[in-house]
Amino acid sequence: MQRIGVFVCHCGSNISATVDVVRVAESLKNEQNVVFSADCRYMCSENGQSLIKNTVKEYGLTGIVICSCSPRMHENTFRKTAGEAGINPYMVEIANIREQCSWIHKNAAEATEKAVILGRAAVAKLNRDFPLTEGESSVTKRALVIGGGIAGIQTALDIADAGYKVDIVEKKPTIGGKMAQLDKTFPTLDCAACILTPKMVDAAQHENITLYTYSQVTNVEGYVGNFRVTIKKKARYVNETLCSGCGECTLKCPSKKGKNEFNMGLNNRSAIYIPFAQAIPNVPVIDTEQCIKFNTGKCGLCQMTCQAKAVDFSMKDEYITENYGAIVAATGFDIISLDKFGEFGYQMYDDVVTSLEYERLMNAAGPTGGHLVRPSDGKEPKTVVFVQCVGSRDIRECGKEYCSKICCMYTAKHAMLTREKYPDTEVYVFYIDVRTPGKGFDEFYRRAAEQYGVRYIKGMVGKVYDDGEGNIMVRASDLIAGEQLTIKADMVVLAAATEPDKTARTLGTMLTASMDTNDFFTEAHPKLRPVESPTAGVFLSGFCQGPKDIPETVAQAGAAAVKVVGLLSKDSLKSNPCTAISDPVICSGCGACKNVCPFGAVELAEKTVLTERGRETRLVSVVNDAVCKGCGACTVACPSGCMDLKGFTSSQIFGEVDALCR
Amino acid sequence: MPLNEKNKKAETLSSEKTDCEENGKFVPVIVAFCCNWCSYAGADLAGSSRLTYPSNVKIIRVPCSCRVNPTFILRAFGRGADGVILAGCHPGDCHYSTGNYYTRRRMTLLFSMLSYMGIEKERMKLQWISAAEGVKFAETMNEFSKSVEKLGPCKKLGDLRCK
Repeated sequence: MQRIGVFVCHCGSNISATVDVVRVAESLKNEQNVVFSADCRYMCSENGQSLIKNTVKEYGLTGIVICSCSPRMHENTFRKTAGEAGINPYMVEIANIREQCSWIHKNAAEATEKAVILGRAAVAKLNRDFPLTEGESSVTKRALVIGGGIAGIQTALDIADAGYKVDIVEKKPTIGGKMAQLDKTFPTLDCAACILTPKMVDAAQHENITLYTYSQVTNVEGYVGNFRVTIKKKARYVNETLCSGCGECTLKCPSKKGKNEFNMGLNNRSAIYIPFAQAIPNVPVIDTEQCIKFNTGKCGLCQMTCQAKAVDFSMKDEYITENYGAIVAATGFDIISLDKFGEFGYQMYDDVVTSLEYERLMNAAGPTGGHLVRPSDGKEPKTVVFVQCVGSRDIRECGKEYCSKICCMYTAKHAMLTREKYPDTEVYVFYIDVRTPGKGFDEFYRRAAEQYGVRYIKGMVGKVYDDGEGNIMVRASDLIAGEQLTIKADMVVLAAATEPDKTARTLGTMLTASMDTNDFFTEAHPKLRPVESPTAGVFLSGFCQGPKDIPETVAQAGAAAVKVVGLLSKDSLKSNPCTAISDPVICSGCGACKNVCPFGAVELAEKTVLTERGRETRLVSVVNDAVCKGCGACTVACPSGCMDLKGFTSSQIFGEVDALCR
Repeated sequence: MPLNEKNKKAETLSSEKTDCEENGKFVPVIVAFCCNWCSYAGADLAGSSRLTYPSNVKIIRVPCSCRVNPTFILRAFGRGADGVILAGCHPGDCHYSTGNYYTRRRMTLLFSMLSYMGIEKERMKLQWISAAEGVKFAETMNEFSKSVEKLGPCKKLGDLRCK
């Protein structure tokens, strides 16, 4: 016989403004086995918690129902309180009367009635609850960071410095990511490579860090503390241990018509190539689609040139399987395809470039040696037009409805640097809004506009076209002057919207980490748990969680590292007790449960069971609690109804259904 | 519980019911099964964004949409629900990898069974709602409630002896 206490929270006025909490508490007194029911201003406060503890003692409660905010918010708080009060933490049910009631219904009578019904369902469920105990599982003291950009590097360094082993998996032949491609960084204008490359070297030399470049995660199994990950290490055709990184092979290679990805395709590279001078590892890779040897079987000049005998055409893709306690997603971003933005003429004119291409043109290590020239004819541009929000804040299907966040600042940077290096160049920036929240950001933008004479014009570019004489014309509206402008431009730079890296979605599926409609990873709580995924043991670092600049990325990378270290420092983890349970007496041993289990948690085993026919030894299903994640797929697949899910038993759900429909 | 007490409660309940039946307008009883990881979080987001949907929609939290046994849905219809909605993660996004695929197959079977039983297929809905889709959650509930309201009370299973 249960003794149930009901506590109805006002949540300040969040609940009590629309729901008559006193009436809810009063009504729930009539429910089965309820011996106490009261309201309280803040159940999650010290007062509320001691009210629970005192009431448990005074009334000898066996379980409690809290009518409050979402269980996703405070379930753990109240479970802990219940534990401290001396009852099983799983004898707690929460009726969500804030998110599902007071916040969405305006009519007080309706909201109160619904709150009562939700409370009844919670009492009905609690009446069918039974105490559960958490299991324990071990923690593999090794972390995996997926993505080797600044986010991944920083996370890995911080984890490694704390004394734990960490592996970085990077899909490109080198770590460094997007930051390595940048020229200067706002708002300090320090050189990106100068601050990034020492970190890349640190990561490569750190005794606790292992780099897997030119590699991809292909499979993830397991759960928090015990992930088992398969990494595909693609064949570079150059032996990393033998190679000295001299680069002779890249010079000798006769096939030099490959698009240089690092320079955004602005110049060419050889078939065997090192992505850039400071690449880590400093080991070339062969592009097999371009390589003459791989296409015709003849050539092999690189192999002949290499004195270290590192070139190996017979190299095969390698699969590595490793165990990890925690996984960090740091997959970063890319810019969107401009195929569907015909109005800007990106596909038609060579001198219409993206900001990332412009970044390479300005970079001393770029295709022009930092000399700003037009891609079409190599002449210095006299007029440069920057267009912001190309695809960002764009509700059309081809665009992204979010703000890419970094464009206003890097456009100001580009404009400023252009004016500084080439003071004769006219620079225009077309914007919808200039958004510069951040330390020193607005000052930076004002410097560009006021000191450097960059012409900021509020308005959107409607069309980029050819005037018939080979000149690029920009047609735009000036919203403040209220007139149409036509500017003859030598170069047009488009601040293309950012989007999560293409691999993020596949990775998210492998990690069973939730993602939003834009393929950004979702955080466990938008404010309070911003670096954790709702999937236990998966953490988020950098742009893959949402648009971020470098300082924010580094800060988040450090935060993710601390969370990982917090997890790895534990010797064992409490496991979810809400697992499947099979009744061997009813089980017929058909194995339907085993077939649907996505985790391989159900096995068939010989067991002696006592049935009405007497003792029988037969095959029955057995659930491995450490592996079961508690989805409940097996409970529905079971034809004899012997499978149930602790915490969400059929009888509990029937109880809730009955209470809601009563 | 003593019988007279039970009757008394039934009376108070029916009087409560009439409170929300404005001018005798039919208000359907709707049970929504929501998976913990996507749709329940979507409902929370709808709540914190203050997006309204009818108060007759009441949510039951389940770990995954694949936990929902078709018998839960039949039970709801049997106990007086006029509409049942099952919401889970988008295909490919299931927290348990494949749970919602099972749901999809099971519900396909249930739909044909419901129509065999004479229950309009519009009374049962399967919808994928992610944790980020608060707006979609509220919109879905508004539309579903409206369409069930048009169908009127569900009497097919409601008057069985199990009630």
